[in-house]
Amino acid sequence: MAQKKPEKLIDEKDVRLDGRGLKELRPMKIEVGVLGNADGSAYIEQGKNKILAAVYGPKEAHPKHLAIPDRALLRCRYHMAPFSVEERKSPAPSRREVELSKVIREALEPAVFVEYYPRTSIDTFVEVLQADGGTRCAAITVASLALADAGIPMRGLVAACAAGKVEGRLVLDLDDIEDKEGEADLPLAWMSHSNAITLLQMDGSLTLDEFGQAVNMAVEGCKQIHGLQKETLKAKYVAVKEEVEE
Amino acid sequence: MPAFYERREIVTPGDLLAEDNYVAGDNTYKEDGKIYATRVGLVGYDDRKVFVVALKAFYVPFIGDMVIGKVVEVGLGSWIIDINAPYPAVLRASDAFNRPFKPQRDDMLQILDVGDLVMAKIIAYDRTRAPLLTVREPELGKVERGQIVEITPTKIPRVIGRKGSMITMLKQRTNCQITVGQNGVILVSGRSPEDEQLAVMAIRKIDEEAHTSGLTDRVTQMVRSEKRGVEHGSKET
Repeated sequence: MAQKKPEKLIDEKDVRLDGRGLKELRPMKIEVGVLGNADGSAYIEQGKNKILAAVYGPKEAHPKHLAIPDRALLRCRYHMAPFSVEERKSPAPSRREVELSKVIREALEPAVFVEYYPRTSIDTFVEVLQADGGTRCAAITVASLALADAGIPMRGLVAACAAGKVEGRLVLDLDDIEDKEGEADLPLAWMSHSNAITLLQMDGSLTLDEFGQAVNMAVEGCKQIHGLQKETLKAKYVAVKEEVEE
Repeated sequence: MPAFYERREIVTPGDLLAEDNYVAGDNTYKEDGKIYATRVGLVGYDDRKVFVVALKAFYVPFIGDMVIGKVVEVGLGSWIIDINAPYPAVLRASDAFNRPFKPQRDDMLQILDVGDLVMAKIIAYDRTRAPLLTVREPELGKVERGQIVEITPTKIPRVIGRKGSMITMLKQRTNCQITVGQNGVILVSGRSPEDEQLAVMAIRKIDEEAHTSGLTDRVTQMVRSEKRGVEHGSKET
C-alpha cells in the first residue's frame, strides 16, 4: 500500500508534515555496545529509521587473496531487512544495496587508520530494520560509532546528514516522502577534526546557489549529529563512573 | 601551546587534545601541529607527551609479552594459536620438544591439541610476519587447570595495579594463583571453585570500572564482603 501523497509537504508556517521546521533534524536516539558477539556495535533511531551496525576485526582476512600487504581491508555490507519497508523487500542484496555498501565504505575509510594493521580485515555490517528515508546517512553515522566502539583507531568520527529541496524550499534531513516527492536530495558525510566531506551525492536538481546553501545546511546538521555521537560514546563510561564515585 | 582537556577526562576519536609543542603519545596522532585522539579513552599527560589510555582496544602483539592463547590448528611442525590479536600466532614444534622436530618420532598431539590453552611468550613479531611464540621457559606451556577470564587488554595494568598492589591483594584474599596474559586473558586457579569464582568476579569488576578512581579499595571491600557472604552461606546449610 503506497502512501498517498498529501497535498502539501510544507504548510504556510514553514512546518513540515511531521511537525519539524525547515532546518530541524528528526529526533534521534543512539546507543553503543548493544550486541554481545560483535567487537563493536551501535544502534540508531532517527525519526522512523531503525538501524543496527556491527563491526568485527581487525582479524585475519578471509579469503586470503583479498588481504592487502600494507593496510587493512575495510569491508562494509549495507543490508535492508525484508520487513524494513512497506512492501516486502527481497533479502538478496539489490543493486542499490551493493552501491550503498560501497559509498558507506568509502565514506568511512578516510577516518580509519587502515595502515596500522596490514593484511587484516575490518568488517562492518549495517542492518536496516526500518527505513524512512536517509538510511545511508544514518548508516554512516552509526557505523562510525560501531568502529569506535570496537576500539579501532580513527582520525575522527564521521557524521552524515542529508539536505534537499522540497516544494521550492531547502530543508534538512529529508524523510522518505520528502525524498520521493521533493525536487532534490543531497546526502553528505562529514568529519569534524579536518572539516572534510567524505560523501557527497545528489539526485534531483538544484541551482548552483541552492547547492552551496544545501551543502552548508547539511554540514550544520552533521555538526549536531557529531555532538550527539560524542555524547553517546562517553555516556557508557560516564554512567559507570558516576555510579561508583558519587 | 594549549592543552584542551583535564587529566583523566574521557575523549572520543577526533577530539582535539593539544596544540603545538606537545608530542603525540599512545592512541593519538598529530596533524598540522594539532594532536587528536584516535580512541575512546582517558587523557593523560607526561611532561610534553599527550596520550590516551584506551577504554576499549584489542591486543597488538609485542615482543616479550606473556600471553595465553588457544590452539586452533595443528600443522606440520607448528601449531597455530589464537592470541586474541589481529594476527594468529605460531608455535613451532621444535620449540615445544626442545630438539629438532621429526614427525616419525614426535607426536605433536601429545603436547597440544586443538582447543588446548597454552601460556607462551612472544619472541618475534613485526608488521610483515605473524607473531612467533615460545614455551621454553618455566611456567610456560599447556594450561592444565583453572578458569579463564577475558578482559579488555588495555585494562591489564589496572588488574596488576601500582607496583602490583591490586594483584597481590587479589591473590592473598582469594587464595588463588592468578596469571595475567598481556593479551587480556587471565588464568585463575585456586583450591576451590568458590575461591576462583570470587577472583573472577573481582577481575570482571576491575574491567568494568577501570576508568574510575579508588578502585583497589572498592575491590578489596567487595572481596571481603563476598567472602563473608560465602562463609555465612556455608554455615547455614
